[in-house]
Amino acid sequence: MSIDPPLGLLAELTHRCPLRCPYCSNPVELARLAQELDTETWLRVFREAADLGVLQLHLSGGEPTLRRDLPALVRGAAEAGLYTNLITAGVTLDAARVEALAEAGLDHVQLSVQDAEAASADRIGGQAGGHAKKLAAAAAIRAAGLPLTLNAVVHRQNLDRLPALIDLALALGAQRMEVAHVQYYGWALANRDALLPTRAQLDAATAVVDAARAGLKGRLVIDYVVPDYHAERPKACMGGWGRAVMAVSPAGRALPCHAAESLPGFDFPNVRDHGLSAIWEGSEAFNRFRGTAWMTGPCRGCPRAEQDWGGCRCQAFALTGDAAATDPACALSPRHHLLAEAVAEAALAGSGFTYREPGRPPSPRS
Amino acid sequence: MITEASIPRLARGVRLREDAARGRTVVLAPERLFVPDETALAVLALLDGARGAGAVIDMLAAQYDAPRTEIAADVLTMLEELADKGVIVT
Ligand code: SF4
Ligand code: SF4
Repeated sequence: MSIDPPLGLLAELTHRCPLRCPYCSNPVELARLAQELDTETWLRVFREAADLGVLQLHLSGGEPTLRRDLPALVRGAAEAGLYTNLITAGVTLDAARVEALAEAGLDHVQLSVQDAEAASADRIGGQAGGHAKKLAAAAAIRAAGLPLTLNAVVHRQNLDRLPALIDLALALGAQRMEVAHVQYYGWALANRDALLPTRAQLDAATAVVDAARAGLKGRLVIDYVVPDYHAERPKACMGGWGRAVMAVSPAGRALPCHAAESLPGFDFPNVRDHGLSAIWEGSEAFNRFRGTAWMTGPCRGCPRAEQDWGGCRCQAFALTGDAAATDPACALSPRHHLLAEAVAEAALAGSGFTYREPGRPPSPRS
Repeated sequence: MITEASIPRLARGVRLREDAARGRTVVLAPERLFVPDETALAVLALLDGARGAGAVIDMLAAQYDAPRTEIAADVLTMLEELADKGVIVT
């Protein structure tokens, strides 16, 4: 059986970040500075990725701009022929740094915002003054001529301001906007009660997106997907396990999904010890949930098996304790009721957060 | 509107690239990837930021030994579509 090469590499350069978002997608056990891969190793990984067939490189974190060698990494990736996309929170960027990245060959920037209103945004991100720094970063990005995507992470506490977020994307000169619902594993699962939107909020948001898409055709492209907790069918997480994307953690662990480190019973190969092609094609971790042969329960033989690949393994594990179970986001899962119950529970809960803190993983949900 | 006088070029953040692993050429754009067909590829390869659409049409008419009016209609329609997708700007 020949295995198609990945199209994308998600390089999580660091877990360090000045913000403390309660929905951070980093694992609850954050890697420390001393564990991070060095410049040479990342550059080798980028060259191996390009040789393997990767076309797009996403430089992410944590906050990737905290790596002082970021311009060198961008240059090396561009020389290897990769399309480079920087995923940043923007609070550490100024005009000089943006200029250096543009000059190194950066192709595109994806800037995240926590809200459209500074006070709320700063409360969610856990840093006073953060929102204003993002606005300045966006201006620097546009001044350097780089294309900008605004990434708005939405949940119960900011979803009602979606129209203002869309206005913000336009005001900042973004050509694309991603309206990304929080995904509930890791830190976000610990904060689920404070973040899950209500059905009414969600329906209003969907109507806002539909109207904006029609009204802003040719000016702003809006990416939007209905969140799992209100869906009937799961999403093809990462385009399927070991199919489209390889993620590499700050410490060098190669992962089929950036959240997969939370899954027990895996020995994820490290790029310090193995080449990317051997990892992608031959490692047990990448093969375990590849394809459909591993599927159990309603997924087995399901006509949608090769469309959604059974959904998200991390969500299956987080909600059922079994990483090989059908994603409970699917209405055919015997555990689908868990999602509606969580929505009902969250509607009665308060809005306090457990912020992301290094060395202080949240207590697991029971 | 794209006319023969327009000077189309790839938009910032859009790149035409050889995809050796899959034996094809792709257009890479923010969070997107297109696989252009042969005609689109022939047009995109001629966009250097200086050449006008009219000159591109001249070159393709010569290359394919085809009537210029036919090529002109095809090329202008295709450029219009690529502009709508944000792949090229003028
Ligand atoms: S989600 Fe927030 S805390 Fe986590 S890396 Fe992004 S900006 Fe930093
Ligand atoms: S049963 Fe499995 S394969 Fe079928 S739709 Fe649900 S998650 Fe997808």
